[in-house]
Amino acid sequence: ISCLRSPRNPEQKIIKRVIALEGDIIKTIGYKKKYVKVPHGHIWVEGDHHGHSFDSNAFGPVSLGLLHARATHILWPPQRWQKLQPVLPPERKPLQREQE
Amino acid sequence: MFLNVLGKTFRFLGYTVQYGCIAHCAFEYLGGIVVCSGPSMEPTIQNSDIVFSENLSRHFYCIQKGDIVIVKSPHDPKSNICKRVIGLEGDKVCTSNPSDFLKSHSYVPKGHVWLEGDNLRNSTDSRCYGPVPYGLIRGRICFKVY
Repeated sequence: ISCLRSPRNPEQKIIKRVIALEGDIIKTIGYKKKYVKVPHGHIWVEGDHHGHSFDSNAFGPVSLGLLHARATHILWPPQRWQKLQPVLPPERKPLQREQE
Repeated sequence: MFLNVLGKTFRFLGYTVQYGCIAHCAFEYLGGIVVCSGPSMEPTIQNSDIVFSENLSRHFYCIQKGDIVIVKSPHDPKSNICKRVIGLEGDKVCTSNPSDFLKSHSYVPKGHVWLEGDNLRNSTDSRCYGPVPYGLIRGRICFKVY
């Protein structure tokens, strides 16, 4: 889960989950192209709540240079104190990884 | 004797850390010296020119059309590129090469800028990789040092 500067509004920082890295081909939800190959130097981010998320399905792959930080823990409110797991939902796995 | 040396070492380390923090803040928020390489900004900036860039206008969002900016490369986040801002968000820009007969135009999307090198024939810029998000701009070049 990473924190990046919004490509639409540079004053805003958004927090999304990284779904695919460069070279992966993924199936998109509501994007103008059904299948997208993430270009070199870019990543695909998505929010966990797919219907109501302003993420790569709206503005496409984002450049790695916009990445700011990685979210590791939730600190407040105390009843939601937890470590955030870097887990990929199984239905959002990329279709083809680029071989090294 | 030994405590004396230890004390001096710790003081030296303390000064080094303080200097490092101030230098990092200065480079990040104020500006710094940059060495430019490549022919894409000729004749304004030649190969291996040394210029001074300031980062304050990026933080206050007053980069204007015509500024020369240092931008993180969209394809390789570890390298920087130096180009001129031709269009801000909402502007209409010409996307085709000068040698094309039919010219195509498009609008720069919100939150992006259109960059072009001064040496149009020998420059990979927004005409190749499209508009660049504003968040990738590192600083604005104000004057040439050498």
